[in-house]
Amino acid sequence: MASVSLSSRLNKAVRQQYMSLPQGERVQVTYIWIDGSGEGLRNKTRTLDVEPQTIEDIPEWNFDGSSTYQAEGSNSDMYLVPVRMFRDPFTQDPNKLVLCEVLKYNRLPAETNHRMNCNKVMEKVKEHIIWFGMEQEYTLLGIDGHPYSWPTHGFPAPQGPYYCGVGADKAFGRDIVECHYKACLYAGVNIYGSNAEVMPSQWEYQVGPCEGIEMGDQLWVSRFLLHRVCEDFGIVATLDPKPMMGNWNGAGCHTNVSTKQMREEGGLEFIEQAIEKLGKRHKEHIRMYDPRGGKDNERRLTGHHETASIHDFSAGVANRGASIRIPRPVGQEKKGYFEDRRPSANCDPYAVTKAIAYTCLLHSEDREESEEENIPAM
Amino acid sequence: MATSSSATLSKTVKQQYMELPQGDKVQAMYIWIDGTGEGLRCKTRTLDFEPKSFEDLPEWNFDGSSTSQAEGSNSDMCLMPAAMFRDPFRKDPNKLVLCDVLKYNRKPAETNLRITCKKIMEMVEDQIPWFGMEQEYTILGTDGHPFGWPSNGFPGPQGPYYCGVGADKAYGRDVVEAHYRACLYAGVDICGTNAEVMPAQWEFQVGPCEGINMGDHLWVARFILHRVCEDFGVVASFDPKPIPGNWNGAGCHTNFSTKEMREEGGLKAIEESIEKLGKRHSYHIRAYDPKGGLDNARRLTGHHETSNIHEFSAGVANRGASIRIPRMVGQEKKGYFEDRRPSANCDPYGVTEALIRTCLLSEEGDEPAEY
Repeated sequence: MASVSLSSRLNKAVRQQYMSLPQGERVQVTYIWIDGSGEGLRNKTRTLDVEPQTIEDIPEWNFDGSSTYQAEGSNSDMYLVPVRMFRDPFTQDPNKLVLCEVLKYNRLPAETNHRMNCNKVMEKVKEHIIWFGMEQEYTLLGIDGHPYSWPTHGFPAPQGPYYCGVGADKAFGRDIVECHYKACLYAGVNIYGSNAEVMPSQWEYQVGPCEGIEMGDQLWVSRFLLHRVCEDFGIVATLDPKPMMGNWNGAGCHTNVSTKQMREEGGLEFIEQAIEKLGKRHKEHIRMYDPRGGKDNERRLTGHHETASIHDFSAGVANRGASIRIPRPVGQEKKGYFEDRRPSANCDPYAVTKAIAYTCLLHSEDREESEEENIPAM
Repeated sequence: MATSSSATLSKTVKQQYMELPQGDKVQAMYIWIDGTGEGLRCKTRTLDFEPKSFEDLPEWNFDGSSTSQAEGSNSDMCLMPAAMFRDPFRKDPNKLVLCDVLKYNRKPAETNLRITCKKIMEMVEDQIPWFGMEQEYTILGTDGHPFGWPSNGFPGPQGPYYCGVGADKAYGRDVVEAHYRACLYAGVDICGTNAEVMPAQWEFQVGPCEGINMGDHLWVARFILHRVCEDFGVVASFDPKPIPGNWNGAGCHTNFSTKEMREEGGLKAIEESIEKLGKRHSYHIRAYDPKGGLDNARRLTGHHETSNIHEFSAGVANRGASIRIPRMVGQEKKGYFEDRRPSANCDPYGVTEALIRTCLLSEEGDEPAEY
């Protein structure tokens, strides 16, 4: 019992009595944003008099940036600009969750607001109809910080039986996965699937296919839902890319990519071109694939445990030890998509998708980056 | 603690999420047999429609290097939907989908015995072969000790537990009740249950199933059992001899009949089949557990209602024989017979295929024939 929070043991029947009280015409809207760490999510709620029908119905708001590593106390007001609305699976209809961009006092994007520049790139490459699917891995921890359900001060049997496993000795914390899936379906997040991962207490869900800027929006909201579901159960989800040292898998956010051309007959040619371009910008991408410029991924991308080494770029069909994997059916049908296996679990999906779209569709080797009009420097 | 931590997570909280409406989205959980030939794996995907049959479901793939089925450098394996059931955990309209596993070259994976079994069943379709399998299993705590047994100790000797009632006789009945109901909901042909001779050991029976359905229904019934036990925080083991010493093992007695055996005078066909089986004992022993007979060697000792693994025998109402002819069948001179040799962790595709090959295709010798 030491591994779940006190809060989770509050009486849920009592909570239910209150949550089933009717609320009249008024609607609760929870604003969600990314804080100064580039990984953490924050939220606060306000009442609206009328149910918002679209994102335009939801007003801008502000918050105290000095409490979220985003501003000095002397000049701490920061703006919350609503960008996408979802149904709220916690307080349910008609209440909403609203993902927001953060602006500084001078209306410029906050340091960890990668959405703004991502959106600019996605607008520029709109005609390519770029689709993404991201595979979010994560580890469940007790509030003692040890992976949930692992023996106290100890380890479970080695990896092997846990991937997609079933049974109390193989699958730890499935309730969270089930509830998170339902919450995503309810909210309107495009959740594609889920499975148990190689390390015990590690799980994965996939979001997509999403076009352009939607990928980042949906993935961030799905992460908020995950943290909130875990909070209800009293345990913790971590997106740390290497939570346990030793012979235990890390956690990534494999990113699947395709453009209209890649999806059509003969698309393999465009996939191979894209991979060649990515191969020439490995270092630049590694810097964008975790919130610490590559430092987090150093612990994860070792060349073992189904990862490629952080120092080398490689690609291969059905090869899970490569930086880029081309799925076997794609190799056979000569069209489809490719999988970039480098992003870490705690990456910012706006930074990742922007980097990929830029390198594959916009970057030109004979121009300096700074010369490219309106393209945000990487 | 004998039960897992996961089992102590709030089920009231879980219920609140599981009741959320899901619009027109459907969750399909794909299930397959891994490289051990005993373990089951599963993962889920969202569909935009409710599938009406397994043919509506798309192929999928998975990472075979994580399930002892492939190398990391060439790890994509294919999941081909083969049978569909309702999902008793997520409920309608969600589905459980049993799958065939194919390698990268589209050939069946090593532990995919279903493909060959299906071919063999199709060859003898007109004889309408029926099977009923009696799946025994032991409930263990997460410490690996049988559930309900004293820690570091043993309960009183066998005797009062078989079909018993009472907290001192039946350990873990909740699992059995929940599993039965889940199987009925899912559409698995579960035909009965009972407590077994060893405390914490239980049995359920699936059948009668025709042909390939036997393997399909039994594997899904096993998946449901593992999932139900996971929810309760305990573990189901199909090990054929979980506790050495004066404690029963766990088998998967397989009942078999053809149209001819079920009709008047069918006993003759039963006796002919048994004679053919008697000449092919070692081939069947190899097919009756996932380790070519090594697992069964711990169980088929000639004691504890088993026959000896080295000898073949048959008899009416004889539980110490390899094959038992139920007394009623002996009297009515028609019906079915029971092969008591398969171990609890056998692959039902392998078992049912072996019975067809020997009894109906009249194969001989140690190797299966190629057709």
